[in-house]
Amino acid sequence: MSVKSLRQTVQGLLPSLTPVRFVAEDGAPVAGPPAGYTEPPVGTLREAYRRMVLGRRFDTQATALTKQGRLAVYPSSRGQEACQVGAVLALRPDDWLFPTYRDSVALVTRGIDPVEVLTLLRGDWHCGYDPAATRVAPQCTPLATQVLHATGMAESLRRKGADGVAMALIGDGATSEGDFHEALNFAAVFRAPVVFFVQNNQYAISVPLARQTAAPALAYKGIGHGVRSEQVDGNDAVAVLAVLASAVAHARAGHGPVLVEAHTYRMDAHTNADDATRYRRDEEVERWRAADPVERLETYLRSRGALTDADTAALREEAEELAAALRAGMNADSVLDPLELFDHVYAEPTPQLREQRDRLAAELAAATQAQED
Amino acid sequence: MAKVTMAQALNTALRDALGEDERVLVFGEDVGALGGVFRITDGLTRDFGEERCFDTPLAEAGIVGLAVGMAMGGFRPVVEMQFDAFAYPAFEQIASHVAKTRNRTRGRIGLPMVIRIPYAGGIGGVEHHCDSSEAYYAHTPGLKVVTPATAEDAYWLLRDAIADPDPVVFLEPKKLYWSREEAALETRGAPPFGRAAVRRAGRDATLVAYGPSVPVALAAAEAAAEEGIELEVVDLRTLVPFDDGTVVESVRRTGRCVVVQEAQGFAGVGAEIAARVQERCFHSLAAPVLRVTGFDIPYPPPKLEHAHLPGVDRILDAVDRLQFTDEPDTLHLPKGVAA
Repeated sequence: MSVKSLRQTVQGLLPSLTPVRFVAEDGAPVAGPPAGYTEPPVGTLREAYRRMVLGRRFDTQATALTKQGRLAVYPSSRGQEACQVGAVLALRPDDWLFPTYRDSVALVTRGIDPVEVLTLLRGDWHCGYDPAATRVAPQCTPLATQVLHATGMAESLRRKGADGVAMALIGDGATSEGDFHEALNFAAVFRAPVVFFVQNNQYAISVPLARQTAAPALAYKGIGHGVRSEQVDGNDAVAVLAVLASAVAHARAGHGPVLVEAHTYRMDAHTNADDATRYRRDEEVERWRAADPVERLETYLRSRGALTDADTAALREEAEELAAALRAGMNADSVLDPLELFDHVYAEPTPQLREQRDRLAAELAAATQAQED
Repeated sequence: MAKVTMAQALNTALRDALGEDERVLVFGEDVGALGGVFRITDGLTRDFGEERCFDTPLAEAGIVGLAVGMAMGGFRPVVEMQFDAFAYPAFEQIASHVAKTRNRTRGRIGLPMVIRIPYAGGIGGVEHHCDSSEAYYAHTPGLKVVTPATAEDAYWLLRDAIADPDPVVFLEPKKLYWSREEAALETRGAPPFGRAAVRRAGRDATLVAYGPSVPVALAAAEAAAEEGIELEVVDLRTLVPFDDGTVVESVRRTGRCVVVQEAQGFAGVGAEIAARVQERCFHSLAAPVLRVTGFDIPYPPPKLEHAHLPGVDRILDAVDRLQFTDEPDTLHLPKGVAA
């Protein structure tokens, strides 16, 4: 390879020096839009805004439900709405999404019933929604393992000659896991149509990014694997949509995987069970509050005349309806059948599992009988 | 019937599965041009093409994780881990995803995939090349665990595993790869998946064995017969599902049982079998159920593995302790305790 073409190859893999941004924190467009990216149509931006408002309302409602004991635990998406909504809007319905436990807003945006989204977190044993029908893998609790599954799915789509794409969502902490690197490496070698979307929210529970990596940005983890990479302002929905649209198009066209790092911030604690004041300062949180993705997009759309008071009023109403439906759904006690625990361990329960199921059924019947007596 | 080795039988099984079902894919480290370090995938890339049998980067979690995604995507991956101990990097994928995906999706997504692992010792391998890792997998709900002891079983159990709707860990006793025997690979004589096989009938005691221990148990039965003791040998074939029926029927008839495994004994599969037998056969037992196993040590170096592996003598010693006479068994009594 000549030095010239080698340089081109390397340049083609490296991310922009600073995160791609279309809209500044105050909602004003940045001077000189980023080269190589196209601003999404205004209809897409309006839809993104709508989904972000709904997502924000879902998120605050879910957090409230933990306080009322209706939800065992909830990892909040607050502050990451541009990323999660952007990820879903970048995909077609026949593409696959591989989310983590923090990506509930992405699932709601994908059209999954919010009550189903929270199935596992309210204390059930399965993911609730149908992954095959929604093309959304179960929210992954182990870190980075699902990135390999996304790569395998992408490889399946490629082999079947479909032009579908798989997208893996992952946090900053999980980029330290071996499976993340194995996935990037496999995807590059196989040229699998997969987009790795890192939501760098600055913290892995309590550990800040500086303790996670010495890389200039997480996006630089791509070049070592030969994966094209980019970084984007994760609180600028316009930029997230533009960069992800480009990444998905690249993968869909058969050019191989793309790694995108979004710089964002987890406004709430890790979960409702976490105390963020032990490891970060209020001033830092306040600084990020000024960069809020929902307000930023609202200001931008209003300045373009693409959003009116009537629009926001109607949207507020829609969000309250979503919250009310979620409350109603979560306040209804879910019925869990203990005997179903044996049904899906294998396609057909083993003789031993059938025996154990019968034993538990007898125990439960005896307990019911004792209560009645 | 032709004479084949277990390695050839496995190769034929992969070949036939690739030929019959286009969803079947074979991948792993060195399985392509080289045909695998044990040559189990010999010629598959040549005959079926790179698209069906291919080399991957060297990363076991990556291989199994990729297989999970491809099984979700409609394929039937058959992956090779190069050696028992080299499968450990994939353990999180196996325990947390391969085993649980059907359950956590409430049955909506099954993972029909096979993880082939050459395992156990007896070939003079160096460290990390001879582990008996079956207990880790058998202890994990959601996995099926298979280990053949004959070439014929190797063929049919692998075909069954590939056709199974659930993930199967397929443990290949590497010391048996080259043993040659008559095997029916064209018409099925092998018992169904999930059923144990009585390899030798006997009336005095039952030896329960699996994988690499089956030939040892058969040799012990041969030696015992010369002394007038008839040992029945049960080959489990599949550890999960476990065939309680065949084992229980045999032990109730013979009244005595020795479980033979090559793996270290503590918390092993043999302990589970011994417990199941005494739970189900207590009133038929004339003696405690004994275990003959490897010792609770890291697998020893080639020059010492003979001291570790259960051999004919260790099995016959155990048989002697099955209280055929009125002499009490004092072997495991603490010093100073009267029998």
